[in-house]
Amino acid sequence: MAWFLRKTRNISESHQREMPDGLWTKCPDCSTVIYRKELEEHAFTCRTCNHHFRIGASKYISVLLDEGTWVEADRQVRSADPLDFVDTRPYKARLKEAYTRTDLPDAVTTGSGILSGTPIEFGCMNFGFIGGSMGSVVGEKFVRTCKRALHRKHALVFVSASGGARMQEAALSLMQMAKTSAALAELAEARLPFVSVLTDPTTGGVSASFAMLGDVIIAEPKALIGFAGPRVIEQTIRKKLPDGFQRSEFLLEHGFLDIVSHRKELKETISTVIQLLSGTNHA
Amino acid sequence: MASTPPLDFERPVVELEQKILEMRALSDTLDIQPQIDELQAQIEKLRAEIYRNLTRWQRVQIARHPERPYTLDYATHCFEDFVELHGDRTFRDDPAIVGGLASIGSNRVMIVGHQKGRDTKTNLYRNFGMPNPEGYRKAHRLFLLAEKFSLPVVCFLDTPGAYPGIEAEERGQAEAIAQNLLLMSKLKTPILIIVIGEGASGGALGIGIGDRILMLENAWYSVIAPESCSSILWRSWDYKEQAAEALKLTADDLVGVGIVDRIVQEPIGGVQRAPQQMFEQMRSIIIEELGSLTAIDHDTLVRNRREKFYRMGVWTG
Repeated sequence: MAWFLRKTRNISESHQREMPDGLWTKCPDCSTVIYRKELEEHAFTCRTCNHHFRIGASKYISVLLDEGTWVEADRQVRSADPLDFVDTRPYKARLKEAYTRTDLPDAVTTGSGILSGTPIEFGCMNFGFIGGSMGSVVGEKFVRTCKRALHRKHALVFVSASGGARMQEAALSLMQMAKTSAALAELAEARLPFVSVLTDPTTGGVSASFAMLGDVIIAEPKALIGFAGPRVIEQTIRKKLPDGFQRSEFLLEHGFLDIVSHRKELKETISTVIQLLSGTNHA
Repeated sequence: MASTPPLDFERPVVELEQKILEMRALSDTLDIQPQIDELQAQIEKLRAEIYRNLTRWQRVQIARHPERPYTLDYATHCFEDFVELHGDRTFRDDPAIVGGLASIGSNRVMIVGHQKGRDTKTNLYRNFGMPNPEGYRKAHRLFLLAEKFSLPVVCFLDTPGAYPGIEAEERGQAEAIAQNLLLMSKLKTPILIIVIGEGASGGALGIGIGDRILMLENAWYSVIAPESCSSILWRSWDYKEQAAEALKLTADDLVGVGIVDRIVQEPIGGVQRAPQQMFEQMRSIIIEELGSLTAIDHDTLVRNRREKFYRMGVWTG
């Protein structure tokens, strides 16, 4: 048997992995070896080539929120496997494995915090948890975050990273697109700002609902953003896609983003936008 | 009347029908009417039997039957004075989503729906019912027009999905769908949704938020088509039957999880066997549904609509 053939074509694992937690990390783009401390100082980007590492909620909290201000909410909200879904493995087993491996509550972490002196409601998706897929839990936590924003009259900042809807919750996950959009309609009526931050990757049901509904939409450089994934498009049109297709810069050029911001400048950009929209001042 | 090849599971019925035709050819010389009648009764029994025990994948096949009525068929047969309105006023007219003004009973309405073609030529024209962003933006324009003139909206869902193409992405497929979800969550006029065939993912939901969601008995509605689900989760195209079962994508399943409000029964054998019967039934159902929706004031309507979608999903905590 050929040793170089993979036994299973497991797309999920390698693509889903977020940044490893080792002392030294190699940049996948330019191969520079970066010391952990240095990586942190550069907001988990490569100082040589500006590659933005995929990071989850806990690292975005440290990048975006003022130190010690983060209060997590709704961590107890869990998926209930309503359809008893089984493909090659039961959904319950996939969930259990994801909880153990990531120590995350689901594909989204939500709560409140202070961003450069301004109190906000905050949510951030975890791509490492079943591809950042949106199921009932993501939808419900998104709505609760909006409701808190409405109640407290806070701005909403939401960082997206998702491969799309969670297939194992079928039509119920599809309906989360409607559910999250409905909550944003309420936020809009209360004239509370929603800053949507798109990171690599933001596709499928998440991009086609709340992620694209920000009052201001900011993306990190070179993030993959789109409705259909590149592989699906290539299969449909039977052509190779051009370089840079569906990347942040491409979307900016086509008019679907307001700003492309380096992660190191993200906090300041968001802070300025919220202040200019709502007139809140630094504390 | 069937001009298209029968579905696999209908073959026993088709074979018996064939037999009747052969017997009829002989009936000039022999009196075999009693035998023909008996066979006919047997066929009806068999058909009823088959259609009572359809698997989910078999329903998906019926939902895709090329002789099923599409949006324009309902628009012209269930309503009066249908006037089609075209274009998104920005880029072009997308033939995969149609819409227009019409009246039904005592209501004036706005119709919006996906539109498939029936043969190669019309399917190319309709892009097999797969909309581009301009289709969703046309729908957006018509929703606003409906709100402006207090017309209830009736949406017919029937699409294999929003088109996954280069130009669709360049013109913002995701943004176009997202904007419709936002607008339909606040539109101050009744919205009645009817899933008539395929309800594939965001492409269907993009015109699918409403106060009442109806679904034809043999339609399907889910986050992904069974074939694509098979290719992603099983990494092979061969598990579509299992995927259809796992996705629980039928009208019955969706009533069970609180997504669909009402199932519209189809004639035995599927709506394509008796479209006229369906048009009459559909007409009275639409009149009945609009009757109760138009009695509700618009603020309550919107609040209830949002609450309806907030309840969707199953979680603990």
